[in-house]
Amino acid sequence: MLTSRFVQTDNADRWFLGVLLLIGVVVPVLNLLVPPESLLHFSTYNVTLLGKYLTYALLAIAADLVWGYLGILSLGHSAFFALGGYAMGMYLMRQVGDRGVYGDPLLPDFMVFLNWQELPWFWYGFDMFWFALLMVMVVPGVLAYIFGYLAFKSRVSGVYLSIITQALTYALMLAFFRNEMGFGGNNGLTDFKDILGFSLREDSTRIVLFIASVVALALGYLISRYIVRSRLGLACVAIRDAESRSRFIGYRVEKIKLWVFTFSAVLAGVAGALYVPQVGIINPGEFSPLNSIELIVWVAIGGRATLYGAAIGALLVNYSKSYFTTVMPEIWLFTLGALFILVTLYLPKGIAGIRRHKAAKG
Amino acid sequence: MSMVKSLDDFRRRDRVFDFLVKKEAPQLDLSHNMILYMEGVSKSFDGFKAINNLNLYLEAGELRCIIGPNGAGKSTMMDIITGRTRPDEGEVWFGQRLNLLEMDEPAIAEAGIGRKFQKPTVFESLTVFQNLELSMTQDRGVWALLTASMSGEQRDHIEAVLTTINLCDESHALAEKLSHGQKQWLEIGMLLMQRPQLLLVDEPVAGMTHQEMDRTAELLISLAGDHTVVVVEHDMDFVRSIARTVTVLHQGSVLSEGKMEQVQNDPRVIEVYLGEG
Repeated sequence: MLTSRFVQTDNADRWFLGVLLLIGVVVPVLNLLVPPESLLHFSTYNVTLLGKYLTYALLAIAADLVWGYLGILSLGHSAFFALGGYAMGMYLMRQVGDRGVYGDPLLPDFMVFLNWQELPWFWYGFDMFWFALLMVMVVPGVLAYIFGYLAFKSRVSGVYLSIITQALTYALMLAFFRNEMGFGGNNGLTDFKDILGFSLREDSTRIVLFIASVVALALGYLISRYIVRSRLGLACVAIRDAESRSRFIGYRVEKIKLWVFTFSAVLAGVAGALYVPQVGIINPGEFSPLNSIELIVWVAIGGRATLYGAAIGALLVNYSKSYFTTVMPEIWLFTLGALFILVTLYLPKGIAGIRRHKAAKG
Repeated sequence: MSMVKSLDDFRRRDRVFDFLVKKEAPQLDLSHNMILYMEGVSKSFDGFKAINNLNLYLEAGELRCIIGPNGAGKSTMMDIITGRTRPDEGEVWFGQRLNLLEMDEPAIAEAGIGRKFQKPTVFESLTVFQNLELSMTQDRGVWALLTASMSGEQRDHIEAVLTTINLCDESHALAEKLSHGQKQWLEIGMLLMQRPQLLLVDEPVAGMTHQEMDRTAELLISLAGDHTVVVVEHDMDFVRSIARTVTVLHQGSVLSEGKMEQVQNDPRVIEVYLGEG
């Protein structure tokens, strides 16, 4: 029964996972086996760009889980993404070893620069990959749990919750900007050399990171879909539509919200951890409240409460962003605004809504 | 002193520590055949006394109608019983042992009090079947919900309720597609799935046609006996058609209580309520 629900797929799932599989196979082949002069060659730059957007797609799925299904409009979800990214960044910094500019075997460059004598306690353990991976999930998860416990227990919801999630990510941004925090301050963590002994400059490493992003997105999608199809998912929708009614039936609304929110934060953390080695930097800018708002726009444009819609929205908006910011940088924000307004007016269920609309008619 | 005492308790080895004894949830005890006691309950909002020294007793299995003009405190009374509002003073007991004032909404629902709201609130974007599935008695822990699957018995129960509320054909339709009367029924069905001991039904026939009303009356009458049913209603014809015992609320306390004819002929009731209509 448990497994059958996992394998059970509908059309949208098959399409989504099929396209992911196709991308995961074709893109590496076009990059590695097709010679660079050929028109079909997929450059490493583009592989990394797509890989980065796939991690955004995973983040969008995490946001859709809480916003689309549970009605929690979190405007601070990028904070969990950034925390996952920082955990991975700390591992990558420790991997640099004595190859840094100052050549200190233990301390990352920025600590030497700040005249620090020893490694802060919270940097211990990050030389081990498994520990970093654990922290990628534990740190966002624990923060989300504590935050959610306080917020949901006192029944903060709606706009008020959105505002305090903004405050959360803004506070984290200000904290990470400070040099004394020990996370590289303004500049963040960068100048990574290698991951698990493989150079980040190699095409093959980038391809593996790209495939890891595809796999993470597929797995994140499958697990999220399993949750929304379970009775827990039904309860989430019930809470979204009529919270107090579900209380009178006997649902512990705050517990359900808490666990789904925490899971969503873990998912966002994993996305962040895959993002950092591909872009090569993590800085406090990732905590910027604007990022979280953009994330919500991706989900709205793609279509709430479908999961795949969120992923499509993330890819679509980011590709338009990269197109417009190279062609006409000054109009990008206007385009994004226009896109958001048009979708809200004419496609209230987002791009994924087109398919549903057709299905309902036909 | 208390420190010394608790230290003494700790040293005693002839019994299990208090904190190790698992607290058993008290069961609903109907040994005196009374299911609900409300005694001396008062609640005011910003100085306005919504409930004023209210005493109400319900026998197990009875069908009670509660009427009263707007602002008489009917909804506040329901809110207090279901844990949504805490009274300023007074006591509310469910059976002999369950103190409702110490429990929150989900705990009260689990203990066996189900409530239908004035405005039908069903889960609009779920199907009729899913609405009932969510409402049935079950383990509502997060993990249990995640791994839950439907047993044959549960399916039978849902189908039985679907038949009772006459929505078999709509079982896979979204709840938002139902007519107003059907939504009212679905909500009653959701109550039935909870297998409650006490059903609080707020204005069940608002927006129903006469036919639907008759069916609802039949349904409520058939439920009484196995369940205790409390109906709050404005429609006097409907109350007349189902009422056994009627309680009239006025300004937050009980004005009159008794058989329908008795209450109708009570001069105080005529003055505040029936006379106007």
